[in-house]
Amino acid sequence: MTTEKPNLNYIKELAGGDSSFEQKFLDIVKNEFPVEKKEYLDCLNRRDNNATAEIVHKLKHKLNILGLQDGYRLAVGYEEELKCGDYKLKDDFLSVLNVIDNYILTI
Amino acid sequence: MNCIIVDDEATARAIVSKMCSDTQNMNVLEEFSSAIDAIKFLNKQSVDVVFLDIHMPTFTGFDFVETLKESPKIVLVTSDKELATQAFEYENIVDYLVKPITQERFNKSVSKITTALNNQIILNSAENKPVKQNNELFINIDHRLIKLKFDEILLIKALGDYINIKTEKEDYKVHTTLKKIKEKLPQNTFVQTHRSYIINFTKIIDIEDNSVLIAKNVVPISRSSRPELMQHLNLLK
Repeated sequence: MTTEKPNLNYIKELAGGDSSFEQKFLDIVKNEFPVEKKEYLDCLNRRDNNATAEIVHKLKHKLNILGLQDGYRLAVGYEEELKCGDYKLKDDFLSVLNVIDNYILTI
Repeated sequence: MNCIIVDDEATARAIVSKMCSDTQNMNVLEEFSSAIDAIKFLNKQSVDVVFLDIHMPTFTGFDFVETLKESPKIVLVTSDKELATQAFEYENIVDYLVKPITQERFNKSVSKITTALNNQIILNSAENKPVKQNNELFINIDHRLIKLKFDEILLIKALGDYINIKTEKEDYKVHTTLKKIKEKLPQNTFVQTHRSYIINFTKIIDIEDNSVLIAKNVVPISRSSRPELMQHLNLLK
């Protein structure tokens, strides 16, 4: 769905050259993201609309941090649609999550 | 300034914590992933500021704000831009940061917090004793604490985010609300006559149907406030 690539611009700007903070922050992202992705997939499998919307809300912040503006906008719309039980954006959202999955293996 | 950070996302906590550590005089006492744990902490220890996520499972940021007994200044940190209007219904919420936060925007927030803390009306007792025991009130104007005796105050008028305290000698503009100052005033001397006015009723010169004259100031009396005002008067019938 998207050709957008994640980046560390926001994290580097935040760190301001503090490499230990940068590494610590990346470790948090690496630890937190797979847990949240699994939780998302579990909620999705249960077709729990509200719980799925909640975890998408949480995940969208990660998309922002990693510079995925299109992915973020997709997540905003998806979160709203999930509250109404509409899952039509799930494949697009999953492809964004997979992009992050692959990216965090490289950082 | 001492603060705590309340957010269920570790990345969000790390961002705010980093920005605090890059800010002079901003000391993070604790970070909490659960609002309930933060409330337990605040029941034991006071802080100046809470950086608070609204969107948390089971117990939201707004639940948190409403639960606090003595609330510090709150800065909301959230992805939900649309909740800003609701946020500012709470007097102690001083700012609203939308994720992802930038250091520049965070610095503006720190300025707002500093202003809010500096302009707060401060009791002259460190132990928070009611001011009416001392017959006076200290107000903070440009980092200077000024003592006002209750019997010098003619009236207080709401002006948006400020109040104007009118005394016999001069006027003082203070960043607070009518509701907050009302709590500090002796009820046997001051009465609210309108949603925007509190008067010292010992200074009343005369009253007409819907207004009261205090010194040279005509102050409106709302229909709902009139009975309370009349109760305070020693009325010869």
